[in-house]
Formats: sequence, C-alpha cells, structure tokens
Amino acid sequence: MMRPQLLAAFAAMAIASPALAQAHDHAGPPAADRPWSQADAYFDPAEMDAERRHMQAHDGNTPVGMILLNRGEIQSADGKETGLWDLDAWYGGDINKVWLKTEGEYSFEDSEVDDAEVQLLWSRAISTFFDVQTGVRYDFEPDGLAHAVLGIQGVAPYWFEVDGAAYLSEEGDLTAGFEAEYELLLTNRLILQPRLAANFSAQDIPDRETGSGLTDLQAGLRLRYEIRREFAPYAGVEYRKAFGGTADFIEAAGGDADETRFLIGIRSWY
Amino acid sequence: MFSRRSILRGGALAGLSSLLPASLLPAWARSASDGNHGLPKATATEFNLSIGRFPVRIDGRAGEAVGVNGTLPAPLIRFREHDEITLNVTNTLDEDTSVHWHGLLVPFQMDGVPGVTFPGIRPGETFTYKYAVPQSGTYWYHSHSGLQEQQGLYGPLIIDPHHHDPIAYDREYVLVLSDWSFESPYRIFAKLKKMSHAYNYQQRTVGDFLKDAKERGLGAAWAERAMWGQMRMSPRDIADVTGSTYHFLINGHTTLDNWNGVFQPGERVRLRIINASAMTIFNVRLPDLPMTIVAADGLHVQPLEVDEFQMGVAETYDVIIEPKEDRAYAFVAESIDRSGQAVATFGPRPGMRAEAPALRAVPTLTMKDMGMDHGAMGHGDMDMGGEEMSGMDHSMMDHSKMDHAAMGHDMSGHEGHDMGDMEMDHSAHGMPDKANWPVETKTIRRGPGIDNIAMMPMSRLDEPGIGLEDVGHRVMRYSQLRSLTRNPDLRPPGREMEIHLTSSMERYMWSFDGVKFSEVTEAIVFHEGERVRVTLINNTMMPHPIHLHGMFFDLVNGGGEYCPRKHTVIVKPGEKLSFDVSADHVGDWAFHCHLLYHMHAGMMQVVSVLPSTDQMPMDHEHMNHEMMDRDMPMKHEMPMDHDMMDHSTMGHDMNGEMK
Repeated sequence: MMRPQLLAAFAAMAIASPALAQAHDHAGPPAADRPWSQADAYFDPAEMDAERRHMQAHDGNTPVGMILLNRGEIQSADGKETGLWDLDAWYGGDINKVWLKTEGEYSFEDSEVDDAEVQLLWSRAISTFFDVQTGVRYDFEPDGLAHAVLGIQGVAPYWFEVDGAAYLSEEGDLTAGFEAEYELLLTNRLILQPRLAANFSAQDIPDRETGSGLTDLQAGLRLRYEIRREFAPYAGVEYRKAFGGTADFIEAAGGDADETRFLIGIRSWY
Repeated sequence: MFSRRSILRGGALAGLSSLLPASLLPAWARSASDGNHGLPKATATEFNLSIGRFPVRIDGRAGEAVGVNGTLPAPLIRFREHDEITLNVTNTLDEDTSVHWHGLLVPFQMDGVPGVTFPGIRPGETFTYKYAVPQSGTYWYHSHSGLQEQQGLYGPLIIDPHHHDPIAYDREYVLVLSDWSFESPYRIFAKLKKMSHAYNYQQRTVGDFLKDAKERGLGAAWAERAMWGQMRMSPRDIADVTGSTYHFLINGHTTLDNWNGVFQPGERVRLRIINASAMTIFNVRLPDLPMTIVAADGLHVQPLEVDEFQMGVAETYDVIIEPKEDRAYAFVAESIDRSGQAVATFGPRPGMRAEAPALRAVPTLTMKDMGMDHGAMGHGDMDMGGEEMSGMDHSMMDHSKMDHAAMGHDMSGHEGHDMGDMEMDHSAHGMPDKANWPVETKTIRRGPGIDNIAMMPMSRLDEPGIGLEDVGHRVMRYSQLRSLTRNPDLRPPGREMEIHLTSSMERYMWSFDGVKFSEVTEAIVFHEGERVRVTLINNTMMPHPIHLHGMFFDLVNGGGEYCPRKHTVIVKPGEKLSFDVSADHVGDWAFHCHLLYHMHAGMMQVVSVLPSTDQMPMDHEHMNHEMMDRDMPMKHEMPMDHDMMDHSTMGHDMNGEMK
C-alpha cells in the first residue's frame, strides 16, 4: 500500500533535484572562458580559477533554507479540541527551491490524527512575486492517497499572500485548494491576520465524503504578537462552513455543516 | 609591530573611565578619558597585521569579533605618499581572509579581492602586500572575504602628503563609524532572504493610516496606501538591517560607551570620518557646530561649510570643526532610517558627555524614489527661463547670475591654493555636453530578480539624501562638491555605458542589469587610456553606495574641470547619475555596491582595464549581443519623451551650477 506512494515521493525528489543541484553548484559561469583572468599572470591560474568560481558563487548563489510553522494551534468548538499544524519548509536558490508543506489535524477527543498531508514540491520563480510549484502530495490520513500537484504561490497586489493548487489523485479525482492571507499591522509587532481558505472538487468523492463544486470554506482572524520576528503567539477565531454535497455528507453523519472555532497558537520560523 | 607601540603609548596613560576595556582598542580609537588627545603623526613603512578571532564588549555585552591584531576597529595604518609600504597579513582564522585597501591606487594584484585580484589568504598563511601610492588622505581597509567586514575586520588608513598639506589644523582625530551585531552575519543574510523586512520595525501601521487620513483626508491617505500596496513595495524600506539588531559604533564605542575627544576652544580640529559599516548609511552632524568639508574620499575638495551630510558606506570625509565655546558638543552618526544612532562627544576636558539628541522622525519614501515622479521632472524646478534652457549651450548660460560663494569658492581656511586657477574660467563650469559619443544603453525587464524599472530616472545630485530634505539647516549635496585642484584628465568621454542597479526586494535579490555576480560571464571592459562615462540608473527603492576599485572617477556634477573625484558614490533611489573615469590603471577591478549584503546577494561586477596592446575601437558585437539577450527595450516599458529626460538631467546639473 505504501510502496507506490514512496515511489511517487522519490519521483518528486528527482524532479526537484535540479533545484538542489543549482543550490550547490559552485561551478560559476557556464562558459568555459574565464570572465576575467589578468591576475593569472601573478598567481597560479588553477588556484585563481577555483577562487573565482568560489567568489562568484558566494556573491549571488548562496542557498538558503527556511522552516515556517505558519499555524501551530489548538482549536476549540463545542467543547471539542483539535490540534492543527501548518508547516512549510524550503531550501534552494533564488529561482529553484524544494518545498515541503505539511498540514493536518489531530482530534484530542479521539486521540488520533484525522487529517495529515505532506507535499514535496519543486518551486520555480516565474515572475517578481510568483512561483510555480509542482510535485506530489501524500495524505497519510484519512486514507493514504497520493496526488500529483500543480500550483502557484506568491504575493498578489496589495500584499495578499496567495497559494492555489490543483490536485489529481491516484484514483483520478481532481480537487483544488486556494488560500489567501493578509497582514494588518496594528503596530509593528501586533499583527492581525485575516485568512481565507477554500476547497473545490470536480466530482463527488463518496469515499472522502466530498461533493462536487465548492466543498468548504474557512475564514479566520488571528491576532499575533511578534515577541521576536521569529516567534509570535496568537489567538483568534475561525469560521468553517461546508457546502453542497459535502455539507450533506456531514449532516447525514450527525455533524454541523458550519461551526465557529476559537483558537490559540504559535507562529514561528527559522 | 606598530600595534604594540600603540598599545604601549596608550597603556602609559591611566584613568580608563569608559566601559570598554581600553586594551581592546588601538590608541587612535580610545577616548580622551583613556588617553587619546589626538592622533600621533608617526608613520611607518612596514606593518604586521594578524587576522583572527577575539572577544569584544559592545554595550556591555560580550561578543566575538573577527579582526586585526585583536582590536575593533583595526589598527591605524599611517604612511607617507610615495613611500614603498610592506604589509604582512597573517591569517590565524580557520577560513580564508583578505585585506582590501579601500580607495588606494595600488597595483591590481595588491588590491586584495579574492577571485578577482588574488587567490585570497589561506588559513595559516602570510601574504605580503607591497605598494607605493601617489595619493594622500583618509582611507580605510577591510576584508573582502566572506562577511568578515561585518564581524569587525576594518580599520582606518591615513596617507600623509609627500609635500605640503593644504589643510591646516591643530589637532586631528579619526572617527570610524560602523555597525555591530551579535547575530552572525550569515544569519542576518539568511534572515533577509527568508523575510526581507525581518529587521524593519518601522513599517507604517493602522495608526499611521488613521493619522494620515485625519491630516490629508481619507481618500488621499487611501490612494497613497493603495499605490504602494499595488506595487507591493514599502515606503519605509530604507535600511535592510536596522537598529533592531545593530549597535552603531564610533571608534568601537556605542553611545553608552561615549567616545570622547578633547579640544582647546578656538582650535581647528580635523576629523577624518570613515563609514566602515557593513550596511549603514549615516547622517553625520554636530548640533550647534558647523563642519567645513575639506576632503571627500581622501581627496581635497574646496572647503564647504555645512551642518550635516549623508555618508554612504565606504565614503570618507575630512571636516574641520572650530569649537569656540567651553562646552561639550555631540557628534552624531544617525542611521539613515533613524532606527538608531551613535553619539560621541567633543569637549574641552576628557570624559565629558554631550547630551544625545532624540532620534528624528522616520523618513517615508515617495514616488520619486521609484523613479516615477512626473512633477519633479518638469522644468519648474530650475531657476531659469525656458529660453535659456533650449540651447543648453555654455554661451547661453548667464554666468553673472551664478553665486560664486555657493559654488564653494570660499577660499578662507586653507592655504597654498592657486586662486588664479580658480578665477572663473567659465568654460570650466559648463554642464556636460549632450552625448557626442556612443552610448551603450541596456534594456532590462521585470522578472524574478527585478521588481521595478525606474520609468523616469533623474539626477538627484542636488538633493541632500533621504530624510534630510527639510531638516532646516545646511546639508551637503553632491552637486556642491568641487575638487580643490583641476581634474587631471579633461578629455570628454570617448564612449558611455549605462549600468542599471536592479533588485527584487521581496526575494532579496540584488544585481547590476539584472545579472547577479554569480551569473556574470563577461567583465565590464575598459581599454587602457580611454575615457569612459559610466551612467548608473538606480531602479531600486534604496540608495546604493557604489564603489569602483583602483580608479578615482570624476562625478559629473556640474563642476566642470573641478568635479569631485571619488571612489564611492551614493546613487539615490530612482536616480540617474554619471561619472567619467580614465582607464589608466590596468587590471581587474571589483565594482560593487558597498552594502555588504547587497554585494553578497550579487550586486557586483568586475571592470577589466585591458592593456592598450589589446585595444579595440568598440566592442559592437558585445553590444548587439546584449541587446538580443534581453528583449523589450525600455521604450516599450514606458513610452516617453526621451528628450525631456535628457533635459531634466542636464537641468539638474545646471541647477547645481546656478545656485
């Protein structure tokens, strides 16, 4: 059961490997000709060449990585508590990066992970503010399903951070997700962050209790205080609503199609 | 050797009152209260510099520096013009190092840039630099390896004139301005890459918006916010690394440590000011005490009295102060974004502490900084009629209207100057001719590495710099600087090349012409003996102190035959400026933004001055190739009247001339 997914993950890494190779590439200019070489008359040309490559890579091609816990929170609704994580990690150069995104929910009531997905993506800068991302997603919970991913992420005019992606599952089902966040600076450390997320499905997926069309919407408001840029506790509220066939599935199971959750959490990055 | 001597000299004086252990400071960097009553004149011809790691105390907190002979800043190197100098640099680090002699006309293989002029100095190795230079003045030296410059590897360098110093003074001090962080510079850079505004705690807030709406109306405030938001740029993006991590230093002292110097009231005191920061452009002033600028970037300029000036990273200025009262004066180096400052004291007695002025209001950028200010493009700016404009011909300029005093011809205060030379050779004060030479233009386009193209770049030489427009006192403008002596090469340029300063702030990418240093496949080529005009166009929202190694350039500022000759020039946001350079110094020379993390991100190139035997008339092939590589000429980005641009540029030069 796990094997095909692992293979898919390795395939994604193979796709992503040019990014890693670029990040580590200290080979300097592609041309065989040296862009300048007058010091070769005074010093060992081989040593100069090595140092020139090193220096060029040093000034403009230093790979960087980041880990961002965008949301690490406990949500509470009707006395039921849910743990939620939303973590991104990336590594690479200015143009090509490898991204790892993971999101999931843990039910304290049932003491189990309800949802857990991991995406491994190759990300390429295509414009000043946007990256195209492609790779694989694997849902460990609820059902161990793999998807191919194609998405776009970046900063839209007026500073909206947006992220949208289409997912094609190994069962052939097409779904999509969209997220937008905004940061309103009450002060330079006290920041109010509205967040909107929506999910869509091209077809009914009974196994996942999903109807076609707009499946669900989350609208959240988080107020964080950046003790340091890298560390900010927050509190907030989130409204969730399911639509159409998806709402029917939830209501048939005795749940609420919409609910309001209060939350506290930590946003942190390194 | 000399450092030991310095330590002995300082150690003989007791009463170490500052918070800094004086043993960590070379004599020149100590306070008056630690025995420094002015610079010793001693020069030497041989210097031993040992580069290593050592502990420092900044603001009372322990840190580790990388530097020279265990001191922060590094020891003063002082020698005489034309003397043959030997500098033995020993690397005790476990990484490569190097020392670059900033502004010195050394043979290029002695310039100290790894990968460009030499292979660097390996751990355990000693590299011997030998040179004699035909220049005098205030300079400095620093590492060109890794990010060691941020870690403390910088120090002052003074060259005494071979003959006569035209600047008279009773006492002199060196003031090395710098920025210190307890964070690793690699961490600082990585944080900027992850989140380019990581250090900016001066963004405009909801409160600022409400205040703005109240003052200017909701519509106006909203429209202005929307404009910036639409571009995804911040008008408070003035310094990348700020006082939120930096401790600003004067001679290794924070404000708390209070570096203090003494004077006798009535003395002429020469301050040799060096901005050795990694990232901080400073506003320099002494409240209640005017300064007379007598040298810029080491070379003499016609005395210019000002109350403040903005100082790019790597620039040096020599000023004369003449404190007359028996009181303490503050010397203030304020970060351009006003996120912090370093304050020192000059007083008649050692140990005095002047009152530190409050930080001034944080400046906010305007559309002009984006190279888009249409209003300012008009000719209304200029103090002259349209008819006089039309010709742009020297003969049409009304020289009688020129205020000669304002042109820096006030000769008081320095000796030995040939007034006859100065007496108004009016042709010398012409503005630059409309280019009668081939101009190699470049086209750039938006992409991952370029977030803005200055649609209407303009001359800003006649502006004092970000945040200093309305300070209510005299602030130096580049347009006011005049070389004390006639420029050595009066030929018009044989050709001109444009270089665009480009960036993507959100991705923290910095480059020339959209090409990072790591992507450079061809150097900028000058041919020995030619005179080249380099026109820099700043498409970014930040001021960049651009530095050319190995050659002084004549800043085209309306100074005619007396243009200031510099090694580093701040190019303001949205600005287009030119300098003329005589390619008389064969070799490969680094050319880069002196903001350390901009250079580290890729804002660097190499200028190859090829020997005249290799001379070719013009590299047309290369030019065409450039054009083909980048689509979309700039015209397509923004249809506009190019004639108007030229006029405006010329108008500004003229403006400087006429005021």
